[in-house]
Amino acid sequence: MAHLEIDHVTKHFPAPDGRGQVCVFRDVAFSIARGEFLTMIGHSGCGKSTLLNIIAGLERASAGGVVLEGREVTRAGMDRMVVFQNFSLMPWMTVAENIRLAVRAAHPGWSRAQVGADVARYVAMVGLSGAEDKRPAALSGGMRQRVGLARAFSTQPKVLLLDEPFAQIDALTRGVIQDELVRMWEASRNTVFMVTHDVDEAILLSDRIALMTRGPEARLAEIIDVKIPRPRTRAALIDDPEYLRLRTHVLRFLVEGARPAPADDEVTRSTGRQPVLVRGSDITGGRPL
Amino acid sequence: MGRERLRIPLYTLLVGIVLLGLWQGLVGGAPAGKGLPGPLAVARTASEMLSHPFYDNGPNDKGIGLQLLASLGRLLTGYLAASVVAIVMGVVLGLSPSLYRAVNPYIQVLKPISPLAWMPLFLYTIKDSSAAAMLVIFMSSLWPTLANTAFGVASIRRDYLNVAALLQLSWPRRLVRVVLPAAAPAIVAGLRISIGSAWVAIVAAEMLIGGTGIGYFVWNEWNNLALTSVIFAILAIGVIGVLLDAGLGRLSRRLAYTE
Repeated sequence: MAHLEIDHVTKHFPAPDGRGQVCVFRDVAFSIARGEFLTMIGHSGCGKSTLLNIIAGLERASAGGVVLEGREVTRAGMDRMVVFQNFSLMPWMTVAENIRLAVRAAHPGWSRAQVGADVARYVAMVGLSGAEDKRPAALSGGMRQRVGLARAFSTQPKVLLLDEPFAQIDALTRGVIQDELVRMWEASRNTVFMVTHDVDEAILLSDRIALMTRGPEARLAEIIDVKIPRPRTRAALIDDPEYLRLRTHVLRFLVEGARPAPADDEVTRSTGRQPVLVRGSDITGGRPL
Repeated sequence: MGRERLRIPLYTLLVGIVLLGLWQGLVGGAPAGKGLPGPLAVARTASEMLSHPFYDNGPNDKGIGLQLLASLGRLLTGYLAASVVAIVMGVVLGLSPSLYRAVNPYIQVLKPISPLAWMPLFLYTIKDSSAAAMLVIFMSSLWPTLANTAFGVASIRRDYLNVAALLQLSWPRRLVRVVLPAAAPAIVAGLRISIGSAWVAIVAAEMLIGGTGIGYFVWNEWNNLALTSVIFAILAIGVIGVLLDAGLGRLSRRLAYTE
């Protein structure tokens, strides 16, 4: 059953020259089951972060809507929480204060002691005990995003929205924090919608991967299943044939900019067809752009 | 390192000595009672006035401490009232870009008006010279805080407001935990400019209203041709101005944050 449903969402922005509108993406429709981890991949400008903001209620869809547990959501709410690419921690608050703001918001009836205990629990969960009283400016990117994760998980949202959460973290730390995310997610089993342009990250973390064509006027090209059993480790993935197949598939899609006509590479080779540059009509299914 | 640290204060001291020397040299030739008094004469007056700053021998003869306290009392009343009004209005304007644009022309016209220009209207309407002076201070310290607060609130990063929206913070909470702390550096910068212009305006206002205050004192001593007192009062005004600014400087360091 669909937990979160993206129902034919279209987004227009005012054109930069002030005349008319630019369509960022059109008619995007898919749904995510409860507890499922779905990642959207696409080039910059395909509107994936915009879609995430629409789900979060921070932006409005131009057409279509977002349905959570059978009810349309148009505004921000505690049932959906975002982890931001740039962390978006309050720089005037300490680590503990940033998380406390979220815990208090999620549990208005709690006593000071209850809130404090919960804050300490989430601080410990992301390994930041001892850094509670530091401000974000004194932390590395990886540590800041740990605070971001703790803040989001501490509100126990139904849907967790991850907006390129590891893009600004150095490669070595990224893996560690991805593992922490998986650990926290397996304990809480929130429904997750993540956007990224890191293929490995998408395969490592996701149950399904949604591929967007290039913007403007981007479309959802396809959604692929990641049938690699969990728990997954980076080390085991390296030799996994399914991982390699998916990786090639997604990378080819990204390089060619749209749907690779037959999904199976063998067919392409045996029929002697070369990858072709995509035309607009390929994306729109023959209708004029 | 130790020598490096001493160098700048040493230069400051040297500049002071040179300035005092020039002053003494330029006025030293004139016979006593004619021309400007030199630094030694001012120092004598200063030590005399500072030895009993709070005496009160009637309306035209009060210690400099009492005069300064009178000025500071007016300053703080007008300044605090203006700050509250300016911050409240600034937050409202900063959060509402269209309202900001709508009233901005009026602010731009009102801002460059010397606060003293309002004095006749205040005297006519409230008929109390001390309250009129406070209102002059109010006008002088309103605009910098208002403009800075509106700017600071309007330029709060979208991300912080997004987080507040996601967490469904109530309006009072959003204001106290997000909007005001985010805009605090800009607001305090405005408060700092305001207290400077208020302190500048109070001297002129008190020269006009008379009675008490450091501005009145300067004018009264000028009428008595007591130039040593005038010069000492000028120096005292400067020192108080520095102290007021330093207080807000400390506040600004406490509220600063790095992103």
